[in-house]
Amino acid sequence: MSKYYVNKFLFTVDRDPEYLKRYIEDPRSFVATWEQSIGPKLLGNEMEASTVHVLTDKEREALINHDFVALFEIGAHFFLNLTLFIGIYDAPYMAKSGPLSFQREFAAKLQHWLELDYPSIAT
Amino acid sequence: MAKLVATLASTHHPFYLKATTAPPDQQMPQAPEWKRKIEAYRETLAKTKPDVLVMVGSDHFHQIFLDNCPQFLIGKASRYDATFYNEEREFGIPKYLLEGDEDMSRFMHQSLMDQNFDFAFSNELKIDHSIICPIITVRPDNDLPVVPIYTNIFAPPLHSPRRFYDLGRAIRKAIDDYPSDKRVAAIGTGHLSLELGGPRQFMETGPDPVFDRQAIEWLRAGDIDAILANVTHQSMEKSGNATHGFLNFILMLGVAGPEGADYVDNLDLFHTMEAYFTWYPKEQAA
Repeated sequence: MSKYYVNKFLFTVDRDPEYLKRYIEDPRSFVATWEQSIGPKLLGNEMEASTVHVLTDKEREALINHDFVALFEIGAHFFLNLTLFIGIYDAPYMAKSGPLSFQREFAAKLQHWLELDYPSIAT
Repeated sequence: MAKLVATLASTHHPFYLKATTAPPDQQMPQAPEWKRKIEAYRETLAKTKPDVLVMVGSDHFHQIFLDNCPQFLIGKASRYDATFYNEEREFGIPKYLLEGDEDMSRFMHQSLMDQNFDFAFSNELKIDHSIICPIITVRPDNDLPVVPIYTNIFAPPLHSPRRFYDLGRAIRKAIDDYPSDKRVAAIGTGHLSLELGGPRQFMETGPDPVFDRQAIEWLRAGDIDAILANVTHQSMEKSGNATHGFLNFILMLGVAGPEGADYVDNLDLFHTMEAYFTWYPKEQAA
């Protein structure tokens, strides 16, 4: 398990409009590209490779499927997990069902955690 | 010596600007009341005629990330760009350029180190909405230099509530000791109960309205003993997964000192309780 690497994915994609576009259009292909050539760069120094982290199969599938429930359950950071998927789904949900409809659906899909201790976000 | 003229502690709601500048027929029902409350709050700062602002906020994984994550950080630069692409995208917050006060940053950094706070620093800090939201609400002309301070309220492990209060006290001492005739206002933002990316997000109220009302009363009274006796990382987690932003309110009470607030207001919005506090320093006896 690499919560850090999942968070690194969410962080690097959320901050880059081109990555975000590719992750919306073809998540499977983009996640493969990310693992091959984006994730392994040391942040802040593109010359340097970072060889430490890899995604598990479960983490990879969660990212490919835009599965924010699975990402919550993995312990991805709540802010990154919310912000990135708002970036992807807020506008289409808004057009169809009005303001905050995506955010409310996000919450509804996590109702089984309501009375439980949430998965730890500590890395 | 510099003179602290006001301490402000408030929530920062990134949608304030968007909510209050949308065409009237698209505004949320509370928008006019929200705007009136913000403009009244703004006056609590304006009347003190500050020369420089010490701004306390918390980066939301915009410049700071888990590869290199300081607990406390001070900006030391002559200018600060502000607002990241993903904040423009999500919140509609425009770009800003803030003037810095390098001399005061340098003095405060040394003072905080001397007071046993191991501050990280940044000579190239881009400011996020935790500091731009209060510029938009209480100083929209953006006409004063700032000293930005970031705290980690986001990536565990976090410092204790007591440590945040003590840091506030140390920031106050650094301001009081600064050899300058400047009038300084300290402005910090955080949250009351808040849930983001969890099952209690975006409800009709904040996730823990009982905590919200209690927190407002503690801050109104300046009752740091009650806060430290009741607020823990575990209790904040129970009140909502992003409630740790309350640590910045505790810090600001440290700047003000354990005194009752001179101005208190709040607004129950969808999914959060907004709250606005101002303390004026009690004049020292001659």
